[in-house]
Amino acid sequence: MIRLEDLTKIFRTPSGDIVAADRVNMEVPEGEICILLGPSGCGKTTALKMINRLIPPTSGKIFIGGKDTSQLNDIELRRNIGYVIQQIGLFPNMTIEENICVVPRLLQWDIKRARTRAAELLDLVGLDARQYLKRYPKELSGGQQQRVGVIRALAADPPVMLMDEPFGAIDPINREIIQDEFLKMQSELKKTIMFVSHDIDEAVKMGDKIAIFRAGKIEQYASPDQILAHPENAFVADFVGTDRTLKRLRLLTAEEVADRNAPITSRSTKVDDARQVLAASKARFAVVIDGENRPVGFITADEMRGASGTVRELANRLPATVPIRADLRAVVSEMFAHDTMWLACTDDNGRYAGVISQPDVTTALRATYASAPDAAHDPGAP
Amino acid sequence: MTQSLGLGRIASFFLVFALGIWVSASGLTESIAMYWDDIVYLTKQHLVLVCSSGFAAILIGVPVGVLLSRPSMEKYAETIMQVFNVGTTIPTLAVIALSMTILGIGFPPAFFGLFVASLLPIVRNTYAGLLTVPAHLKEAATGMGMTRQQILWRVELPNALYVIFSGIRTALAINVGTTPLAFLIGGGGLGELIFTGIDLMDTGMLLAGAIPTAALAVAVDFLMGQAQLRLIPKGVNPLR
Repeated sequence: MIRLEDLTKIFRTPSGDIVAADRVNMEVPEGEICILLGPSGCGKTTALKMINRLIPPTSGKIFIGGKDTSQLNDIELRRNIGYVIQQIGLFPNMTIEENICVVPRLLQWDIKRARTRAAELLDLVGLDARQYLKRYPKELSGGQQQRVGVIRALAADPPVMLMDEPFGAIDPINREIIQDEFLKMQSELKKTIMFVSHDIDEAVKMGDKIAIFRAGKIEQYASPDQILAHPENAFVADFVGTDRTLKRLRLLTAEEVADRNAPITSRSTKVDDARQVLAASKARFAVVIDGENRPVGFITADEMRGASGTVRELANRLPATVPIRADLRAVVSEMFAHDTMWLACTDDNGRYAGVISQPDVTTALRATYASAPDAAHDPGAP
Repeated sequence: MTQSLGLGRIASFFLVFALGIWVSASGLTESIAMYWDDIVYLTKQHLVLVCSSGFAAILIGVPVGVLLSRPSMEKYAETIMQVFNVGTTIPTLAVIALSMTILGIGFPPAFFGLFVASLLPIVRNTYAGLLTVPAHLKEAATGMGMTRQQILWRVELPNALYVIFSGIRTALAINVGTTPLAFLIGGGGLGELIFTGIDLMDTGMLLAGAIPTAALAVAVDFLMGQAQLRLIPKGVNPLR
């Protein structure tokens, strides 16, 4: 847990004082990722760097795990906080192994234990330990270097991590991959993370909570969905963009929205029976599945009117299917691409898992709007 | 390709052959044989001067460069470096002459003059090398909880090593090249054969001093080049 209380930073310059952080109050619960988001110069990085005292605070308190950090000296404090920066900052004079072992060695770990840990962590991010441990940073690609940068911060297993635009310098494709890897790792490691970003899409994807900064103050501190659905003021609304509702599509998966009880029928079913199934469920169409439960087509009520024989002869081809684990943005994109109102969903094995329709999506989005904005705000705000 | 290589080989054979004729005609082999004892003795003296003054320059120059690069010295460092830079423009002969006026004649003023001449490139490169270590490396090191000492020894110095080493290499090249002048203030060395050879218009004697001096300079530079290639860790060595 990280808690900031009235954290303030005033830079005294010859041309007058600059308030970089103005009585910032916030709490990041154990095991959550909190994104500090805002335009450049808004004080988000200052707030982050005050936590490991790279920037000494002017006033205010910082608690980590309930303990007031002002009691600790700088060195002790920093060795217990993982720190990742945008420029990665791997030491070029050290091998990958030596880089990862820096903090464990500073903490007087036994060399063998530190080395085992380094190999373990490399495997965790999918880099072959035997191949990479003895290499130098310049022999790795940018994406690989950033992975090493992240695991180096994790080496001594600190409960808290600070990340300053860690994926900012990576190309968009690799960034998505590394973000996904990181989220997967985080789901097991459950670190408490403060993460600076200026990219709203990254914030929505990575954050359990987002704190939006302007001129050293927190404008809104809430879950991504809350911020996108209920921006508290014009600045936040402006910052998250006019397409904020579309951004919310990424927060939901088809799984949460799809109708799992939509009628299905098999190819060999008699049309008469299929008609009855449809009538019972009041749906206008049924998905046709094959012998292995895979969706292969659909049949509508209109087509069956007055027809006889089996479903096979009347069934239409499905334009596309979507994995049930896809986010709604991908689903809607598929719908638009195939000019269709609904799509069949499949599970990991390609078996039928439900039907998702455009009205389902809009209903899901509306649900958050309908619920009144509740407490998840800046806890320190009046 | 093989054709031109063959031609090159033949050409170099001729060159060596011509050199051999010229050497025997000029009586160089005889004069080297004649002055052999002197050459050995003076080379030793020469080397003692080079090594002692060079070593002292490294011993003082590197720490001074480190000191100047510390954040607490930021205000004064540039001014001090300017003084050093102006110092570099003074011809080494003048430096040696000046040190004689203070320290008299013999080994001490020669040592001191050479020391001063080789100090400058070492200080300058150490200072510049440390300043060019990227700020984000220092930030990462600080953020990971290294002390200032640890950052200096584990991050800053290793990453500046190549530039520092280049400074030392330059300094030693200057040093070896300047050491013959030590003879002028009674410091000994191979300069004795060179200058006496000039005074007596004795080409053989002159070459007996000049050739070992040149060979020494080439050898020192070669050794330093090899050291730079092999001693500096792979990750920060552009040569590897």
